Amino acid sequence: MRKVKRIGTYLFLSITAIVSIFPFLWMLVSMTNKSVDVTQGRLLPGTHLFENLKVLFESVNMVSALWNSTIVAVITTFLTLLIGSLAGYGFEIYRTQGKDRIFNILLLSMMIPFAAIMIPLYRLFGRVSSSMPFIGIDTLAAVILPTVITAFFIFFFRQNTKMFAKELVEAGRIDGLSELGIFFRIYVPTMKTTYAAAAIIAFMNSWNNYLWPLVVLQSPDKQTIPLLISNLGAGYTPDFGVIMTAIVIATLPTAIVFFLMQKHFVAGMMGSVKG
Amino acid sequence: MNNVNVPYTVKKEPVVNRFKKNYIGWIFILIAAAGICLFYFYPMVQALLLSFQSGMGANLEFVGLDNYFRLFNDPTFLAALMNTFIYLLIQVPVMIILALFLSVLLNDATLRFRGFFRTAIFLPCVTSLVAYAVIFKYLFGVNGFINQFLLDLSIISEPLNWLSDPLLAKITIIAAITWRWTGYNMIFYLSALQNVDRSMYEAAKMDGASSFQQFFYITIPMLKPIILFTSIISTIGTLQIFDEIMNITNGGPGNATLSISMYIYNLSFKYSPDFGYAATVSYVIVILVILLSLIQFKMAGDEK
Repeated sequence: MRKVKRIGTYLFLSITAIVSIFPFLWMLVSMTNKSVDVTQGRLLPGTHLFENLKVLFESVNMVSALWNSTIVAVITTFLTLLIGSLAGYGFEIYRTQGKDRIFNILLLSMMIPFAAIMIPLYRLFGRVSSSMPFIGIDTLAAVILPTVITAFFIFFFRQNTKMFAKELVEAGRIDGLSELGIFFRIYVPTMKTTYAAAAIIAFMNSWNNYLWPLVVLQSPDKQTIPLLISNLGAGYTPDFGVIMTAIVIATLPTAIVFFLMQKHFVAGMMGSVKG
Repeated sequence: MNNVNVPYTVKKEPVVNRFKKNYIGWIFILIAAAGICLFYFYPMVQALLLSFQSGMGANLEFVGLDNYFRLFNDPTFLAALMNTFIYLLIQVPVMIILALFLSVLLNDATLRFRGFFRTAIFLPCVTSLVAYAVIFKYLFGVNGFINQFLLDLSIISEPLNWLSDPLLAKITIIAAITWRWTGYNMIFYLSALQNVDRSMYEAAKMDGASSFQQFFYITIPMLKPIILFTSIISTIGTLQIFDEIMNITNGGPGNATLSISMYIYNLSFKYSPDFGYAATVSYVIVILVILLSLIQFKMAGDEK
């Protein structure tokens, strides 16, 4: 009986694992095949990889999309970490009743669905466009700005600051460091793993963001990777091999980041739930 | 604290210094607080004001509650609302039960290849919503892999129109979301299970409790806070579903898979733009998020 249960467990887990992995294998195989082969369900690697890459980089704005996505993701990650950790640290180290109340109010913003604020945000950036064109509609700055300030990361850093030894702050003050000096020279270096976890989450969110860039970006050369993939797939005669190649390239950075920092990633997710 | 009754000997910080520190404390918070007000709370108020206006593009005028009445006679909105509820009622429970079940299986220390199974099942979470949606679109195409596979196994005799049949298209969307998010929820449960005291299971086993009894009487009650957390997160996520719908079915066939978010997008940027009415529809999501979260809190609280 026990043995039957064991076999059942392995069978169930194996099927789930195959279902989970299959789309990845399929997209890896498909990137080496011709469009026709992909539609015919070919599951063996082909020889069409370089042809697909060539088409992708020559006929579509792949280079600029990769560049735009990289710029957006790197700047977003940097600003998200800076602003989020400053605030999380501020809320936890300089605790007053007033700040706790403000903290709770800011947390409410996590409940706001993006669809509810999308149109006002679009109009806001539209109005800004005439006076400050560099952050208006159809700029990467407009993609970045609303995403770098989130209650989630303030919460995340505040939770993790609870584990930070507060005596270090006093020690810093005695050594004559300014309050910001303490933050940058003591807090930031000691919280490296927290920053790593936050960086993975922020980078992935930004790299994969779709709806807001779709709304705010218009010109083809401003496209980010998800927009490019979506457009490739929407064509009347899509070239499946090329699309799969684009998807693999788009997935690689986040997959690599994930595998290199798997532990931090899971720790990061848990850090955000721990009461 | 044993020195409370000697306040005068305790060295007090100079008032100026305290004020300065407090003031610097506010500076740390300032950018974040201002940003959240500007990019979340201000748009929320704007959306509320917009929901009382109507008109094409920028030419808006106040119409009172007209937009809200319009909701009830708008078949497209009602279809989108209905679809979103179907996703919610079927997908969220299925995913959470599946994730719980998987995490219990994978929590068994004697299980081999645990690391492999865990990583494999979590893997879908690294894909972008758009990328996996496009992959699912082709997997479930008429000539797609799923049909080939089912034909080869003789489960079906002719290809199914996954994406152009109203029911099958909904099933495809539900399958896609479940594929993408089950592993994500599983990781939360797995981490929470590490904190459950093993001796409770030992004791239960001694008392002759079956695996199912252990699951229902120990695991579920112990994981309740985290189940509440994941179900609220999933509910909010499903209420906002957009990327998948847009890229797998584009809302079709007809409006069979249209979601509320996608309808808002269409109202604002695809049809002749009516920002006012779109804002009204968006407030439906806000109200639903609040209501459903409250219900879930209440349900979790009552059973305590």
